[in-house]
Amino acid sequence: MEPSEQKAVRGVGHSVRRVEDDRFIVGRGNYLDDVKLPRMLHMAIVRSPLAHATIESIDISEAMALEGVVAVVTGKDLEAHKLAWMPTLSGDTQAVLATDKVRFQGQEVAAVIAESPYVAADAAELVEIEYEPLDIFVDPYKALENTETIIRSDKEGQADNVAYEWEAGDKAKTDQLFAEADHVVKLHTHYPRSHPAPLETCGCVADVNGATGKATIYLTSQAPHAHRTLFALVAGLPEQNIRVISPDVGGGFGNKVPIYPGYVVATAASLLLDAPVKWVESRSENLMSTGFARDYHMDGELALTSDGTITAMRCHITSDHGAFFADAQPTKFRAGLVHICTGSYDMQAAHITAKGAYTNKAPGGVAYRCSFRVTEASYIIERLVQNAAYELGMSPVEIRRKNFIKKEQFPYTSCTGFIYDSGDYDASLDKALEMLGYDEIMAERDAARAEGRLMGVGIATFTEVVGAGNSKEYDIAGLKMFDSAELRVHPTGKAILKLGVQTQGQGHETTFAQIVANELGIPPEDIAVGHGDTDNTPYGLGTYASRSTPTGGAATAVIARKLRDKAKKIAAHLLEASEGDLEWDSNKFVVKGTDKSVSIQDCAFAAYTNPPDGEEPGLEGVHYYDPPNMTYPFGAYAVVVEVDPETGEWEVKRMVAVDDCGVRINPMVVDGQIHGGLTEGYAMASMQYIHYDDDGNCVGGNFIDYLIPTAVETPKFELGETVTPSPHHPIGAKGVGESATVGSPAAYVNAVLDALQPLGVKNLEMPVTSGRVWEAIQAAKAAAE
Amino acid sequence: MSRVSLEVNGASVDVEVQPNTLLVQLLREKLDLTGTHVGCDTSQCGACVVHVNGQSVKSCSVLAVELEGAKVTTIEGLAQGGELHPMQQAFHEEHGLQCGYCTPGVVMSTVDLLKRNESPTEGEVREWLEGNICRCTGYHNIVKAVLSCADKMKAGDASAAE
Repeated sequence: MEPSEQKAVRGVGHSVRRVEDDRFIVGRGNYLDDVKLPRMLHMAIVRSPLAHATIESIDISEAMALEGVVAVVTGKDLEAHKLAWMPTLSGDTQAVLATDKVRFQGQEVAAVIAESPYVAADAAELVEIEYEPLDIFVDPYKALENTETIIRSDKEGQADNVAYEWEAGDKAKTDQLFAEADHVVKLHTHYPRSHPAPLETCGCVADVNGATGKATIYLTSQAPHAHRTLFALVAGLPEQNIRVISPDVGGGFGNKVPIYPGYVVATAASLLLDAPVKWVESRSENLMSTGFARDYHMDGELALTSDGTITAMRCHITSDHGAFFADAQPTKFRAGLVHICTGSYDMQAAHITAKGAYTNKAPGGVAYRCSFRVTEASYIIERLVQNAAYELGMSPVEIRRKNFIKKEQFPYTSCTGFIYDSGDYDASLDKALEMLGYDEIMAERDAARAEGRLMGVGIATFTEVVGAGNSKEYDIAGLKMFDSAELRVHPTGKAILKLGVQTQGQGHETTFAQIVANELGIPPEDIAVGHGDTDNTPYGLGTYASRSTPTGGAATAVIARKLRDKAKKIAAHLLEASEGDLEWDSNKFVVKGTDKSVSIQDCAFAAYTNPPDGEEPGLEGVHYYDPPNMTYPFGAYAVVVEVDPETGEWEVKRMVAVDDCGVRINPMVVDGQIHGGLTEGYAMASMQYIHYDDDGNCVGGNFIDYLIPTAVETPKFELGETVTPSPHHPIGAKGVGESATVGSPAAYVNAVLDALQPLGVKNLEMPVTSGRVWEAIQAAKAAAE
Repeated sequence: MSRVSLEVNGASVDVEVQPNTLLVQLLREKLDLTGTHVGCDTSQCGACVVHVNGQSVKSCSVLAVELEGAKVTTIEGLAQGGELHPMQQAFHEEHGLQCGYCTPGVVMSTVDLLKRNESPTEGEVREWLEGNICRCTGYHNIVKAVLSCADKMKAGDASAAE
């Protein structure tokens, strides 16, 4: 037997430096646009300049005449192959290339395939399209009222602009509690349309081999397996002949979950031309046509008793989905998981209704760094609770404490049907207030107010629901939301782990190796983690909705434990002991009461060189994990701001964020996720917004007009933690990638509103720009005079 | 087409380019140096920052034909003799990167910062980074990495001088 290797096992709880950094810091990552294949052609998309118009004619002759152009594809060409329309991940359909009419500015109408990307772009300008304008709807309320102009005239039986209607909760009981309430707090607010804007745009290289029929599709995909299945269904290609490879992905945030027309056209073009075809979005194309988020108009109400006890909640949502309902939502939950909007509070009943509207905007509604609309849900409840505190003359801390679900109530069944797995909301808020020095800060705020300065303190205590599924309730386009891990330990004790989830910067290659290290005692540096290649990984639904650790992480822990069980049989054989006499000690089996032991590496070697009689050789397995429940991360955020009364500018003086995501696998990586989320939350609260004018023109189609924070604007963060393990997750982890995006916007906005409270300002809409603050201050002053 | 001769990461390069070929296109498409990235169309994002004659520039805003005789360093040329530059090491140690897409530009940019200002304040680092967008890290650990690198480089200089 080879001598055992004894290395430190740095499993769960260690800030292991990331293995993926090795390639990224020297410029050796392999992102989509770095993929270069022999004979590769390039595609550019011709897009509609108008928001709603019938297509009268398309003339491709000038474009075809340009030297270097290989083909120009229109909707009619795709129609002949039944590819002009495709299903979306939420059960709607979307035009691949428009055939009848265009429904939003930037919609895909034709595609040029050429020998270089520059020729393709030049030729795209030469495609002549005649349009006949139609009435344009950019306001979802107006779209819903209108039954004359049907945006989705393609859909049989569609007589209005309603995308869906959905409800949750108990209407009768909620109505009764509202009728009995001492006090009702109401808020109408808009969670504005935003764009995830990962720094790498979307794209693909489709390589359909005419000889073998094998389609290798390099794709900026957060869900390669689901995308492969959809490709099989859309294109009618046999699934075993489709290989989706999601290479290094330069950020996703939900933008890379949907399937985009460009992917389908490039694949069809590669099939027809028998050459690889590359399509990479420009930044403007990304911002104008792919994967919008939010755009929820919310009417929220809380029913309270006079002592500040919340008894019930109502929320009605008008959701603007743009021209196609093209984001991914679990089939049963058309409005996502927005009925988590009762948040961290124990109440008797809630009633949530949602109506989705089709409008002449780009397809939207992706869960931008959030688990299916949890962001919007968290925002409305945290804004309402602060308003309730003000109206009842309570402090925002006191009202929260009074209504928190208590530690001993977990598992807690919410009145909209979620079973919260674990929580300790008081501890989390305590920690945040302690870090902030709450009493001193409030005294400072009051002193500032006495001087006429506008200082404010905002709090948000959020609860998320992440890690879909269980598969009984959650599916995407019928695909059940489990996930998987495949683990093989080689004779030398080195392992390969393959995942159904896919990383876009979360650091899975490091953190998932730590899970194996924790369970199997193999050091993380001895474990290679593979993901993103459908030919070489087990099936999974992908990475979004903070689901990788809750599902793929759980699958990893379970398969590592299964291999440990097998290794125990081998250890018993090697030690000539009975299994019952062995105990596991971080990386070895020890005969109880002796110093005799064999390491996991010894067992791995024996699995191939000296397996026990009757035992299957090798040390390898795959596990598909179907979670029994979602996980419920939570936290308490506190923000201190000062508003300049002359200009309306506001500055974050402090941002304290206490997160509880259960057990932390790699604290350094967790903190990094929270930093990023807090920044995107700040972005949403302060600047990120894509506006459409009345003619349906997208007014945020580049990084000049669409403001995203730089290092200059981004606040500094103070992080804290509490740890309340998930009782049902194998290692007690909950998922953390989105907590801060979900929880922080309300904290920032509440802080600005707190600063303006002495002036009587009741509401501000995101993004809370200095202009909006200034206008609110002027209006409040005018009203006071 | 025009001919241009320059030095890229220490190697002589003599290539034909179009008059409108950008430096980033020359690097990525002709020289296969794909570590330099493109994240926008409008020179906002800074993913394409490289050094030209020792100074950081956005390679999306420089024409290749302007670079006759220039010395260009990209992220691939930053490590010397198998040793990472202290800035690369600091980004790894401080978890200054996540998806890695902005990283080459940010690293090249901040290496130049420390040439100009060996002891920047946090505020100065943030101001300098105004031209680099990162969507993952919230800049928190990027700033930490730059400050840590500055400290280490000063300490290194001090011990080298002794």
